[in-house]
Amino acid sequence: MTETPIWFTPPPRSPRLPEAPPREVRERIALEIDGERVEVEQGATLLDACRAAGREIPTLCYLETLTPVNVCRICVVEVEGARVLAPACSRKAEAGMKVATESPRVATSRKLVLELLASSVDLSTAPGLAELMARYGARPERFGANAASVAQPVKVDNDLYVRDYGKCVLCYKCVEACGVDAQNTFAIAVAGRGFDAGISTEHDVPLPDSACVYCGNCIAVCPTGALMPKPEHDLRAVGRWDEARQTRTDTICAYCGVGCTVTLHVQDGAIVKATSPFENQVTRGNLCVKGRFGFEFVQLGRRR
Amino acid sequence: MDLRFHGNRPSAEERAAIDALLGAPATGWQGGERDAARDGRHAEGGLAAAERRDLLLPCLHALQDRVGWVSRGGLEYVCRRLSVPPAEAWGVATFYHLLATEPRPPVVAHVCDDLACRLAGAERLCARLEREVGPAGAPAGEGNATWLRSPCLGACDRAPAALLFAAGEAPRSAVVAPVADEAALVDALARPAHFPPHELFTEHGSADLRRSVPQLGEPGLLLLARVGTVDPTSLEAYRASGGYRALARAVELGPERLIEEKIASKLVGRGGAAFPTGRKWQAVARARVTPRYLVCNADESEPGTFKDRILLEHDPFGIVEAMTIAGYACGCERGFVYLRGEYPLALERLGEAIAQARAAGLLGDDVLGAGFRFDIEIRRGAGAYICGEETALFNSIEGYRGEPRSKPPFPVEVGLFGKPTVVNNVETLANVPFIVANGGASYAAKGTAGSTGHKLFCVSGRVARPGLYEVPFGTTLGELLLLAGGVAGGRDLAAVLLGGAAGSFVGPEALTLPLTFEDTRAAGTTLGSGVVLVYDDLADLPDALSRIASFFRHESCGQCVPCRVGAVRQEEMLARLAAGRPEGSLAAELETYRELAQAMRDASICGLGQTASAAIESALARFPLFGAPAAGGERP
Amino acid sequence: MFGAGGGTSSYREIEETDCILLWGSNARETHPIFFHHLLKGVRSGARLIAVDPRHTSSARWAHLWAGLDVGSDIALANSVAREILAAGLEHKEFVEHATSGFEAFRAHVEPWTLERGERESGVPAAVIRELAHTYATAPRAMICWTLGITEHHNAVDNVLALINLALLTGHVGRYGSGLNPLRGQNNVQGGGDMGALPDRLAGFQHVENEPLRQRFEAAWGVPIPPKKGWHLTGMFEAMERGELTHLYVLGENPMRSEADQHRTRKLLEGLEFLVVQDLFRTATAEAADVVLPGSASWCEAEGTVTSSERRVQRVRRALPPPGEARDDLEILFEIARRLGHDWGEPSAERVWDEVRRVSPAHAGMSYARLEAEGGLQWPCYDEEHPGELFLHSRLWERPVVGPRAPFHCLEHDPPVDRLDEEFPLRLTTGRRLEDFNTGVQSGGYVYPRRRGETLDLSPEDADRLGVAEGERVRVRSRRGAVVAPVHIDESLRPGLTFMTFHFPEEVATNLLTIDATDPVSGTAEFKAAAIRVERLAAGDSAERRDRSERNDLVEAT
Repeated sequence: MTETPIWFTPPPRSPRLPEAPPREVRERIALEIDGERVEVEQGATLLDACRAAGREIPTLCYLETLTPVNVCRICVVEVEGARVLAPACSRKAEAGMKVATESPRVATSRKLVLELLASSVDLSTAPGLAELMARYGARPERFGANAASVAQPVKVDNDLYVRDYGKCVLCYKCVEACGVDAQNTFAIAVAGRGFDAGISTEHDVPLPDSACVYCGNCIAVCPTGALMPKPEHDLRAVGRWDEARQTRTDTICAYCGVGCTVTLHVQDGAIVKATSPFENQVTRGNLCVKGRFGFEFVQLGRRR
Repeated sequence: MDLRFHGNRPSAEERAAIDALLGAPATGWQGGERDAARDGRHAEGGLAAAERRDLLLPCLHALQDRVGWVSRGGLEYVCRRLSVPPAEAWGVATFYHLLATEPRPPVVAHVCDDLACRLAGAERLCARLEREVGPAGAPAGEGNATWLRSPCLGACDRAPAALLFAAGEAPRSAVVAPVADEAALVDALARPAHFPPHELFTEHGSADLRRSVPQLGEPGLLLLARVGTVDPTSLEAYRASGGYRALARAVELGPERLIEEKIASKLVGRGGAAFPTGRKWQAVARARVTPRYLVCNADESEPGTFKDRILLEHDPFGIVEAMTIAGYACGCERGFVYLRGEYPLALERLGEAIAQARAAGLLGDDVLGAGFRFDIEIRRGAGAYICGEETALFNSIEGYRGEPRSKPPFPVEVGLFGKPTVVNNVETLANVPFIVANGGASYAAKGTAGSTGHKLFCVSGRVARPGLYEVPFGTTLGELLLLAGGVAGGRDLAAVLLGGAAGSFVGPEALTLPLTFEDTRAAGTTLGSGVVLVYDDLADLPDALSRIASFFRHESCGQCVPCRVGAVRQEEMLARLAAGRPEGSLAAELETYRELAQAMRDASICGLGQTASAAIESALARFPLFGAPAAGGERP
Repeated sequence: MFGAGGGTSSYREIEETDCILLWGSNARETHPIFFHHLLKGVRSGARLIAVDPRHTSSARWAHLWAGLDVGSDIALANSVAREILAAGLEHKEFVEHATSGFEAFRAHVEPWTLERGERESGVPAAVIRELAHTYATAPRAMICWTLGITEHHNAVDNVLALINLALLTGHVGRYGSGLNPLRGQNNVQGGGDMGALPDRLAGFQHVENEPLRQRFEAAWGVPIPPKKGWHLTGMFEAMERGELTHLYVLGENPMRSEADQHRTRKLLEGLEFLVVQDLFRTATAEAADVVLPGSASWCEAEGTVTSSERRVQRVRRALPPPGEARDDLEILFEIARRLGHDWGEPSAERVWDEVRRVSPAHAGMSYARLEAEGGLQWPCYDEEHPGELFLHSRLWERPVVGPRAPFHCLEHDPPVDRLDEEFPLRLTTGRRLEDFNTGVQSGGYVYPRRRGETLDLSPEDADRLGVAEGERVRVRSRRGAVVAPVHIDESLRPGLTFMTFHFPEEVATNLLTIDATDPVSGTAEFKAAAIRVERLAAGDSAERRDRSERNDLVEAT
């Protein structure tokens, strides 16, 4: 079925460039990060300020495209005069603040957060966490061999992606991506309470019975590999997943006319995964089911 | 929203219960009968259909009250009516421990096994129930009843306590405290002669009020003056006792002077954080954003605390009047009372008081004919300590999981429904009429310079006369304990838990400690919510510590890592220490604990996680425990 | 004439508008990522109004859904316009300075009272009124549409009816206000922009415009036929007349995608010479004399595509085409070489630079800029030009730059395939989230909830017909019949039925649809067929006949 556009003559050139209304100019405020003065816009977070000062603050539940939930607490910093540490990802910078990004209190909290996670969650596919553990001297084994964990069987209930909640750090990112911040499908939410809380469909029904539309935007934001496309999961299971051998090429999705940028991950001459860059202005890292999973047709047997 | 439903239908009873709350659905798209001629041509919905999300928890209560649990059909109907995604509604329903998301018998006994009750034989009661009724949670009594263990029910004055619910067309609930006749409870659950076992619901807490409030009727009481002396079910009696004169005076003063008086009184919040109330009111009154809200935090759940319950049960009009004054002062037109789900009598009394006040024009569109609008809604909690944290409370009212929000922004700027909100504890509000009627200065003259006025203390545990006591700030701990008759049975005092599970332990050396904010702070302890839980020399402190650890594990909302996992690790470590099997060495284990406690205190989102290690740390510091000497030092 | 063949606005604008009129589009499923932007707008306070015969998943997000009769768009739009005028809500300054033909338009819509609008469209008068007032009083407002507007015999009139509303209210040419057709395929916009239209050269330049054509002739060094060609439907008519005998099909599967498939098949098989260049051996390829295995342009070749916000973006080769398949550009270059024209080494960038030389709207878009700036929106006149965020700001200049935008007086003209006693049900067709067109692409992955083709019926019709969920029924139109399982769908009202066309090998929906086409756009009225539903007895010989008909079709191709 061809959609034929309605066409007319080319428009005359506009005498002025069409522009968006000017953005409200915000005041700039100054604060100190580790003794160094930095200026940021009013409304900027401490994370913005720290980055402006060249400090690398570790984050886990934070992503530019999502509303900060500040639950992982790995990004805490010490604000002079404050009773407790502040999550850099969401605390707004204030004029005159004095912030320490690597004070002993900060280091202890980060170390403990890493130890608490590593002692309760399988972090084997979480990129960057091993490095962080080394950086903060985390020794999760000191909580004992019988420390309670979230270990549980992998949920494989559909052909597109698997959910391995034994790897879930409960960062809420997938819930946000499925919900208000992107997809607005609300197939999953945090259910239960405390250590028993977990990501769940209603009544924990299998995904195909849930509201899930398989956009996979949850996979895109998962920081630990708890959510994974099935092909990647299967390749990893047989030891054939090798990111060093993969190329990544940005192109435009083959389906509708929205023009989503798709990054194709190619290994051994085959597309093994599709993602979208978070900084892309059209997608903000999101795709629909066709964009994320619909690439297989180019490599089906009937084309060879 | 394009929600996906499963086609689970509500039963007629469930549908009726929800419709009674929400009204009948207007169209097929909202869960009503489909009328193709109408519904096939037009619909109104989208986000606008989800604007009543704050009725989610009341709907879940309605289901539970009617059939004893939140069924799939019932939940789906609620989701259709309120346009709430089923996964989110499930997330909310599974958050609250009073709500059952699996079939549960209609009659449930929640048996308290928390700090005060376990000093009064709660474990023995639980063991008997296990033996004679069956394991906790298992259906008994021909499938009609079950029992469950519960954290503190706020009836420590009459420990041990049990809370009973019976779902049905006319749902009933009551607190039985003390559980004097264990056999009757066992019989009613295991061998019900009839259903529901009405005799269990006859006791409604007020029978022996003098036992709970030993000062009843004494002169000079500021907060408890009406408790036990004025009929709490009668507006007339309340007015005859001087009630509503403060509101009239407030209207004379006008909002600005009213707030000035509040500031002059130096009243600070009694919920635990001790923030100056007048400044809070002023911030909201000056906010440019409208509407603004008033919330009375009546989610009293700190183990050992029962003061707010007694105020609400026995002086509900006092709280209604105080809220009306606060609403007037701050320019709020709607007030909410977020009430613990475990307080059935307070719910009844407060609901009745609000209705009478409304009927008398003391709430509504033109209060007192003075040209301002104010009304009050009660929202029932459903078994979540965390909802006493003010931002978690907002989320709970709004129909979300009771997870705390990050502060700042503070409630006075961004509170309930994202609007400027005053949150005051029940006891804080109870001070308001006196301040308004007598002036801030006269209030400030009471107590000490740093802690003005009177304070309620919930004295429980091993004292001769457990109960609620009102004393001026500055009274020493020893004086308070004397008031309560001293340690029961003439035993020696071993320890006092001040401030509840989130507070800290002190030893006999603290008997001379003046009970003020400034003195307790200097002594490295806290008044918290006014808990004074007494342990004698026979008490098993490690057992209390384990119970505290298990309380926090149970009540952590699960949002942030330090608290969610930390509370579990804390419980595991205490179990290892109690068993004499520390990980590595005792010193190593204690060092790990010290770091864990520091991280929980420093990096948790809210007060729950920040204080979850406080009592245990204080015990380790002050007492030789687990084979280690007292660590000494003050809580940082 | 009003403007150019592209959406006037950018996606980011819909996040900041105050009212979104989604008309004939189920963007929630067909343009999911655009819908993300739309929902950001809704969450920021924009009112969403959905106009669609079905209560679609998009409509479920709407503050107001108007369930009009299929093909009554002009009736509804005229009534909305009349209500705006009656309430004095038109943008008088804009109408006066930037438009033409207003008085005639006012007179034309005058009889279209709310009551008449309700009578002709089925939408309750109060709903029409609310729609009109919400749209007209919004400080900024967008209209977005898809095939619900364009797959009609009067597609162009439908579009003009929506344009009338924007002109009346001044909701065009400003940030946050505009008119946006959402393109159904990743390069529908680009194809048209590049001149893959019967009357256009690249950059919408009319082939019958002498000076424009001469520029191309000079650039290419060859004469160009000065007459416009045929659009797709015209080609089939030309085949019928015997005027079109040779056909080169690239990346299309008309054997499956065209309306009235019996006729399509006859005509394609009647060609003297058919070349098909495609990824797959499609049904059309099966009928071809020569099949050229092509490449997947989005991942096996270099080039550009253009999105619904006029953004030209690069597609890149991520992997080589398999087996003997070749880059489409290589194939075309090779054919040229064998026809005696050596175009040199195939290079997408060189081809693009040629576009930039002949199309002023694309002149500023070098590959380097497209890479660096994440694509550019046309028009982009030179290397310094940033591309235009939205079109037609000229209409807000005083005096207006260029021609004024004309109102059009449009007659309501219901679907060609009339309902009667014999064919009492309206069948409308569309897409589902997980599937795409004829399923050639989307069939490559397993969607856990895919349910294949169904005839979607309202619960009331299912009751009346006595058919149950999943029951196979025969669906018959005046052109043919298919057998499909029933799916009961509450988003439909009695009398309205729905099918997709995603599973042509199982259920050839387009045996049912009508090839009544719009005279200008050439689009067939896929959205409106008249059908009846017949129950099948087990082992019904009629079912076997229908099945064998379908199998014939498959086997013969």
